[in-house]
Amino acid sequence: MGNTKVKKRLFALALASFFAIVLLAGCKSNSGGNVGGGGTEAKGTIILSTTTSTEDSGLLAYILPVFTEQTGWEVDTIAVGTGAALQMGRDGQADVLLVHSRPDEDTFVSDGYAEMRYDVMYNDYVIVGPAGGEIAYSEDVAETFAAIAAQELPFVSRGDDSGTHKKELAVWKSLGITPESNTGYTSAGQGMGATLGMAKEMEAYTLADRATWLSYADKGNLEIVCEKSELLLNPYGVIPVSGTVDEQINTEGGQAFADWITSQPAQDLIATFGVEEYGQPLFYPDAK
Amino acid sequence: MFDALDAGLLNIIITTMKVTLPSSAISAVLGTALGLLLEGSQFYGKRIIVRINRTLMGSPPVVVGLVCYLLFMRKGVFGFMDILFSVKAMVVAQVMIITPIISGMVYSSAERNAPNIRSFAHTMGASAGQTRLLLIKELKNEVYFAAISGFGRAISEVGAVMIVGGNIRGKTRTMTTAITLLRNQGNYSEAIYLGCVLMAIALCVQLVADNLKGKEAVGDDNY
Repeated sequence: MGNTKVKKRLFALALASFFAIVLLAGCKSNSGGNVGGGGTEAKGTIILSTTTSTEDSGLLAYILPVFTEQTGWEVDTIAVGTGAALQMGRDGQADVLLVHSRPDEDTFVSDGYAEMRYDVMYNDYVIVGPAGGEIAYSEDVAETFAAIAAQELPFVSRGDDSGTHKKELAVWKSLGITPESNTGYTSAGQGMGATLGMAKEMEAYTLADRATWLSYADKGNLEIVCEKSELLLNPYGVIPVSGTVDEQINTEGGQAFADWITSQPAQDLIATFGVEEYGQPLFYPDAK
Repeated sequence: MFDALDAGLLNIIITTMKVTLPSSAISAVLGTALGLLLEGSQFYGKRIIVRINRTLMGSPPVVVGLVCYLLFMRKGVFGFMDILFSVKAMVVAQVMIITPIISGMVYSSAERNAPNIRSFAHTMGASAGQTRLLLIKELKNEVYFAAISGFGRAISEVGAVMIVGGNIRGKTRTMTTAITLLRNQGNYSEAIYLGCVLMAIALCVQLVADNLKGKEAVGDDNY
């Protein structure tokens, strides 16, 4: 009896010390990070609201540490769809936005939520679907979308008011097609990665931004069936939210982020992201 | 293989603990007090309060997360506190989810056992204060079980911490939101690996708690 009690106590002690070590190590690495922040003085934190593609592809993890080191601003990234990101801007909840839905961005500025929108980078959308499926490779979006609709092939839509979703709806609309009339049309309501996963499982077609497509680890049987079309361009813009939206907006930090990401060093950084791993850049810088 | 995790894994574990330990501790105290108070008092409308408590026990975390988001956003009622997208807001959201669970469980076990304990205390000539103390002692196992259930709920919860915390790298990314992100990146092996770590931690915490409880129970035998 006594022996098991001692054993139990030792066990508890071991576990407790394990947690203590974990916590200590964590504190140490945290303070180490602060000290090792380079010569720039810490200035504060900005909230960056952005799309899932910049986070899921790993771009932000690649460039933000450099931004923090060079300018002293810490960045809290909230990765949501472009629609949600713009709403966070209107609510005064985000200091700066990195989004991709040009018409909505222009409306955002003209409605007075921001003074300026700056070009940052672009990539393009691709339509992916099951390899060896009914759709042959094409560089004509109209042809591919029309074929999907005409043959009632399964298609997974983001359905989350994101930039990619808005783009998809715009393409359907420009072709005069009502996508819902296709019985195989599914509205997922999920991020890009999750939607690609669904398309793979359902052997369906979907519209994806190239960055998420390239970095998505589990492509399975999916392949590109349509790309390189004018209609599929995907420009990203940065928008510092105006201080008039809410007095808590960090306009200084937001502007600093916009200035930095459109500066030459940051643009060069964007151009190199993913080249080593995927053999091509995931985003092409185009700040003016 | 797990290069995406290595640097951040420890940070993610620590963030998870920073959220779940305070939230389950606060909820355990609040929930136990509320549950016992509710059982011990009689007032008009008590049945409605109990019914509301039961309903809140099953409240979806995303709804609680949404409510917290609206309360703590800059334009919200508590926007001036500036705690949205921080561990603090995550703790508040989890307390709102877990407290009703603990109070509901404590209330129903107290309702079942308290009359007997009270009449026993009455026969022994105990004062009101002594009776209350005896009640808590006798219900210790039930309170403990409720608290562990609360912790289990806290550590496994993803809906509220995602909305209120924002899944910020190195700051509010917990194990559950990290798993969600890994799934979005199609990194299933890393997601499962993290899931296993999560379950191992849940097991460890439970074993430690079991041990502490075991010690107290042994101490009680001396009475």
